[in-house]
Amino acid sequence: MFDFLEGYDLWEAFWTTVQLTVLSAVGSLIWGTMLAAMRVGPVPLMRGFGTAYVNIVRNIPLTVIILFASLGLNQTLGISLGSDQVDTTNFRLAVLGLIVYTSAFVCEALRSGINTVPVGQAEAARAIGLNFTQVLTLIVLPQAFRSVVGPLANVLIALTKNTTVAAAIGVAEAALLMKEMIENEAQLIAISAVFAFGFVCLTLPTGLILGWVSKKVAVKR
Amino acid sequence: MTEVSVTKDAVPAADDLVVLKNVNKHFGALHVLQDIDLTIARGEVVVVIGPSGSGKSTLCRAINRLEMIDSGDISIDGKPLPEEGKELARLRADVGMVFQSFNLFAHKTVLENVMLGQLKVRKADKKAAGEKARGLLDRVGVATQADKYPAQLSGGQQQRVAIARALAMDPKVMLFDEPTSALDPEMINEVLEVMQQLARDGMTMVVVTHEMGFARSAANRVVFMADGRIVEEAVPDQFFSNPRSDRAKDFLSKILHH
Repeated sequence: MFDFLEGYDLWEAFWTTVQLTVLSAVGSLIWGTMLAAMRVGPVPLMRGFGTAYVNIVRNIPLTVIILFASLGLNQTLGISLGSDQVDTTNFRLAVLGLIVYTSAFVCEALRSGINTVPVGQAEAARAIGLNFTQVLTLIVLPQAFRSVVGPLANVLIALTKNTTVAAAIGVAEAALLMKEMIENEAQLIAISAVFAFGFVCLTLPTGLILGWVSKKVAVKR
Repeated sequence: MTEVSVTKDAVPAADDLVVLKNVNKHFGALHVLQDIDLTIARGEVVVVIGPSGSGKSTLCRAINRLEMIDSGDISIDGKPLPEEGKELARLRADVGMVFQSFNLFAHKTVLENVMLGQLKVRKADKKAAGEKARGLLDRVGVATQADKYPAQLSGGQQQRVAIARALAMDPKVMLFDEPTSALDPEMINEVLEVMQQLARDGMTMVVVTHEMGFARSAANRVVFMADGRIVEEAVPDQFFSNPRSDRAKDFLSKILHH
C-alpha cells in the first residue's frame, strides 16, 4: 500500500524540517526578546527601531523575505553565510529569513506578556536598587515569558509549518520532497496525507507539551 | 515656569537625613506637591497623614524618585538625588520602600525575594545573603514561610516579607506608602508591630498611613498634608489633642469620632 514511498528518504526530509524549525526557533527567541527589550526600553531611538522593525517585517510575506535572502543577499550581494556549498548556504539563508520573520511575532507575544506584569513589580525592583537591565532580566522578562508560553507555542507551530517556504529556494526539507513525489508518483492524495500526517506529528506534541508547561510555570498572583 | 529656583547653599545639620526643599510636582493640571519643605532627622519617625489625594503618597514616592519632581531639591544623607541611572540605583538601594500592594516578586520564593537585592546590588555571596535573609524573616515573624511563593501567604505575611526585603539592603531610611491600607483588619496589627519594633530600634522612617494609633504611639512628628501642601507639623500629642489649623481639625473630627 505504501510502496510509492520506496526510493524516497522521508526521514532525511523531515529531519531537515526539524533542524530548520529548531535553529530558527532559538534564533527568533533571542532576537525577538532583544526587540521586545528595545520596544519597552527608555531609549527613543531603540524604541523607534523596534517598532519600525516589527511593523515592516510582520507585514511582508515570508516567501518574499526568503526569496530576498536568496536572490538579494546571496546572488546579488554575494553573501554566502560562511559556506561554499550551495545547499548549506541555502539552508542558512532560509534559517536567517525565518528568524527575521518569526522574531517580529515573538517580540509582540512577549510584549503582551510584559504588559501582564503589574507595574508594582518593576517599581519594587527599582526601589531595591536594581538598574534597568536587571529589572528587565531578573523581574519583568521572567514573569512575562511565563505568561506567554501559550502564545509562543502558537508562534512555534506556525514556524514549523512556515519552514515549508524554504522549498522556494531549494532547501531539501519535507515540502520539497513532497513536490518531487507528486511529480513522479500517481498517489497524490496518499502523498499529501503522509506529509500532512508528518507535520501533525511535529506540531501536535509541541502544542500539548507547551500547553502543559504553560500551566506549570504560570505565575500565581 | 516663571519662578527661578534660588540656590540654597546652607549646609544641612549633620543629623539631617532627608531634606526636601521647595519641591513642586504636577500631574497635568493638578498641582500635587506645592512648595514642600520637609527635613527628617536621622532616627526620626515621621508620620504623614491627610485626606485622599492630598499628595502624601506622591511625596513618599518622590523621596526615592519613583516619581519625578518638576522643581526643587531632594537630598538624602547630604547627597542630592541624581538623575535616572547608576547613581540613582545606588541611592535607591539605601532607601527602603514598602508599598501598599506589597509588590513581592511573584515568581520568586519569599527567601529569594529577600536575597535578590543583596546578591545583585550589594554583590553579597550566596551563603551570607541566605543567612541574613533568614535572620530578617525570623525578625518579622515569617521564618517558616521562607520557601513559599508570595501568593501562598496572607496579606499581613506578604507585607512583613516586603519589610524584610527592604531591611536586607541595610537602608538609611525606610519609606512606608500606606503599608496597611490593603490589609484585612485582623492583619493590620501584625504589620504595625513590626514597624513599631523598627521605630524602637532607631530606624529613620517616613510613614504614610491612616493608622492614627500608630501615629500616636510611634511617631516623633506628624505631618498633616492637604491639597498638595504641608498644612501642619507637630508632635503627635499636640496634633491629635490640639490641632492648630482648621483643615486638620476638620480632618480629625471626621476620622476620630465614630
